[in-house]
Amino acid sequence: MQPVTVSRGPWATAFHRLGRDRTALVALAVFLLIVIACLSSPVYAWWAGVDPFKSTLDAVVTIDGVKQPVMELPTTGLALGYTPIGPTWRLGNYFLGADNQGRDVMARLLYGGMNSIVIAGAATAFTLIFATFFGLLAGFFGGIVDIVISRILDVLWAFPVYLLAISLSIVLMTQGISIGPFAIDSGSLLLPIFIIGVIYIPYVARPVRGQVMSLRQSDFVMAAIGLGAPSGRIMVKDILPNVSTTLIVFIPIMMALNMLTESALSFLSIGVQPPAASWGTIIQDGQTLLYTRPWVALAPGFMIVISVLSLNVFGDGLRDALDPRSKIKLGRG
Amino acid sequence: MIYAILQRLAQMIFVMFGISVLVFLIFFGTPGVDPAARIAGRNASPEVLQAVRVSFGFDQPFYVQYLTMMKKIFISGDLTSFVNRGWKVVPAVLDTIPVTLSLVLGAAVLWVVFSLIIGVTAAAFRDRWIDKTLMIIGLIGVSMPVYWLGEVMNLITQSRFHDTWLFSWVPPLGYKNLSDDPKGWFLTLVIPWITLSILYIGLYGRVLRASITEALQEDYIRTARAKGLSETRILLRHALRTSLIAFVTLFGLDFGALVGGSALLTEVVFGLQGVGKLTFDALQNLDLPVIMTTVLYASFFVVLANAVVDVVYILLDPRVRTS
Amino acid sequence: MILSVKDLSVSFRTETGLVRVLDDVSFDVAEGELLGIVGESGSGKTMTVLAVMGLITDPNAVIKGSILYRGRELVGMKGREMRKLRGREIAMIFQDPMTALTPVYTIGWQIAEQILTHQKVSKAQAWHRAIELLAEVGIPKPEEAVHRYPHQLSGGMRQRAVIAMALTCNPALLVADEPTTALDVTVQAQILDLLRKLQETHGSAIIFITHDLGVMAELADRIMVMYAGRVVERATRDALFADPQHPYTVALLNSIPPLEGPRPHRLQTIAGSPPSLLNLPQGCAFGPRCPRRFDACAAKPALTLPPHETACFLTGAPMPAVTE
Repeated sequence: MQPVTVSRGPWATAFHRLGRDRTALVALAVFLLIVIACLSSPVYAWWAGVDPFKSTLDAVVTIDGVKQPVMELPTTGLALGYTPIGPTWRLGNYFLGADNQGRDVMARLLYGGMNSIVIAGAATAFTLIFATFFGLLAGFFGGIVDIVISRILDVLWAFPVYLLAISLSIVLMTQGISIGPFAIDSGSLLLPIFIIGVIYIPYVARPVRGQVMSLRQSDFVMAAIGLGAPSGRIMVKDILPNVSTTLIVFIPIMMALNMLTESALSFLSIGVQPPAASWGTIIQDGQTLLYTRPWVALAPGFMIVISVLSLNVFGDGLRDALDPRSKIKLGRG
Repeated sequence: MIYAILQRLAQMIFVMFGISVLVFLIFFGTPGVDPAARIAGRNASPEVLQAVRVSFGFDQPFYVQYLTMMKKIFISGDLTSFVNRGWKVVPAVLDTIPVTLSLVLGAAVLWVVFSLIIGVTAAAFRDRWIDKTLMIIGLIGVSMPVYWLGEVMNLITQSRFHDTWLFSWVPPLGYKNLSDDPKGWFLTLVIPWITLSILYIGLYGRVLRASITEALQEDYIRTARAKGLSETRILLRHALRTSLIAFVTLFGLDFGALVGGSALLTEVVFGLQGVGKLTFDALQNLDLPVIMTTVLYASFFVVLANAVVDVVYILLDPRVRTS
Repeated sequence: MILSVKDLSVSFRTETGLVRVLDDVSFDVAEGELLGIVGESGSGKTMTVLAVMGLITDPNAVIKGSILYRGRELVGMKGREMRKLRGREIAMIFQDPMTALTPVYTIGWQIAEQILTHQKVSKAQAWHRAIELLAEVGIPKPEEAVHRYPHQLSGGMRQRAVIAMALTCNPALLVADEPTTALDVTVQAQILDLLRKLQETHGSAIIFITHDLGVMAELADRIMVMYAGRVVERATRDALFADPQHPYTVALLNSIPPLEGPRPHRLQTIAGSPPSLLNLPQGCAFGPRCPRRFDACAAKPALTLPPHETACFLTGAPMPAVTE
């Protein structure tokens, strides 16, 4: 008799495969590092003794014992106003310099990062929840339910993604929304989360719907239906677990997409609103200073690139670990 | 055959209708916001507000309002901006189309050529260092916010290295008409072309590489090898040709979206007065008539691109044609 | 001898070590002969012919031994030279006709492509030849069929087209890997007839792979039985069916339901399943499933001498000279 080999379950197999993928792990570590750094933004601000949200035009910084005003008069050319100080490359001391309002760019970078990450994460959760919901309904019930949901998703997706986000943003940003007892202030982060979450629902719902449809034809689901199990139960207990791998692979992909979308919206002043900051708003701040103090615009951009890149690399590795033959398309801006 | 075309047309019209309703609802129907105040823009006097209300018929039921708006955009073409008084919106939008078209066409040529080169090369040398390098480069391209990349390009070409021989030819930001100044037209667009295409080169290079690699696992490739064909021929004539189907359909969709105004970030950063920039400016001024028109135009283009792509797909993939 | 294979071994480097897929496989094929290779999935029959064709593309493959085609050594041959042989002198048809042809080109184009690769003729001549070949394999209205796409043909027609494509350059050796397995029985019979006819008219040698012994009864001159990457029996067709010697062959023949006589209560099967190549049993690979196993079977048997070769100690097979 030959020995029977017990194979690991699919999750354990995937976990092991991922564990051997060094590139993906490094990428994950990089991203987590960024998250931790951003989470420690209050600590940094406290240690550096700055308030990143207050305009501090008359602040003074000490470098190597010499006191210097943060906003300096230019020494060359036309004296057209103040120029903020450039990077000092000293931690805790206007490391990356100051922006137009004398604020510490490094501190704002960390705070902004937290907003960008939180928005991206929350929007991803929002998208996945609703896309799964609609995908399940449309794929499982078919018929009129499917037609209605698919048409709505089609129209939603026919809007070029950014333009839809922009449209929703200006409308909601100018005055916030109040529906009955719920009122969301226009400065709230919930608005960008909602907007970014909504626009990508079709992107995820379509593949989910497709998968649900083919699962619905599979033998075990047919058997469950034949046994008279209620639809809700079948959807949750039989179909949902099989769709979960697709959803999990979407998480880093959507987070990367959402970070790019949020930063674009914030850059256009219709994402995160002042006095709050995000990497996109800081780039916007840095526009006027681009040729004189480029680091204000460069730093948040680099942070975005590194975050999105690490999310994408990790997402690749995750997809390979869970299903090397999957055909999920990579995210795009 | 005719039936299929009619069906498609009906579907297109339905989607367009749906979009126009959605636009209408967003701008006029969002609860808790006053449409008149929004159309008149900020700082409007009470007389203007009342004029707006009458002109747009906000006292009328919703469907009348919708029809009025549609009439103003499509039939009478006399939708005017309330921020730039008396400025007709529809012709203004039409004027910006050549700019966007110039930007997008040039970028498209660049990105198709380079992504083909990158995708095919990476697939030909798959799993070797050249493949991994190209894919990382592509990934970086996809991870950069396009507007930030544009800013960096400007920083380099307009400021930091402007005086070197490398970039001294770069003119100041802005667009020159092709008919008036072809050389200027070309020079002002080179850097924007490169900027816009980088994202897509990265994306399409990766997609193509994945697609070709997958095609190479198929049985018909094994048959081709058994026939004694060279690897190059198999790669280009068999694997690539089959992968082109997905590539072209993707391209059609992205191209349509870009012409419709998705290139707005690039236009803003480089000061090109295209459809996207028009949308952005209107945004800053809360000039809703302009925004409504541009969004409708954009969505139309996407729908059109979808339809064209479907047709092209039939041409490229014989399996889809009925025998 | 058109083909002489000696001690062919194919292994693959994997994360868990070297996996040996073919173990010292040797055989000869005479000009114009039809050799049938029979075995279950995983027996190594496909791998054997892939090695002959030089179609093992996995960089982790380790190929040892010798394959002589008309005296030329194929193992280690340069790609460019191999390509000249492939499709021209040695041709192969595969199992699944549904996926064997490139979907975006017409079958005429694909056949012409092969002709043009190996012969210096004009496009018009190549197309003309394609039409001829399609007629030869029994495809009706070949002038029209030439412009059809693969998906427009039925399974049987597609396989005929694939055969036509393989014959374009009049190969001396044709390798057919389960060409009828994916087709239904009536079509199967037609394809077999076709192959036999072509063998007569073209004079090609054929290596025919199948898991179905019944198919071999009609067609083969000699039959080779493989198990777990090894050759276990080899004889002429008549000898094999009349007097199978290896217990595996016996079991295979017994599992075919009889046409005459009393109906058996149960279909005969072979107990157990083929061994995992990662975990081959010591000694004879068939040992664990063999009803006649005895002590000596703990060692690996070598083949007895021709004409009826068997790798079984029951028939007096010698002990291996070299231990693994």
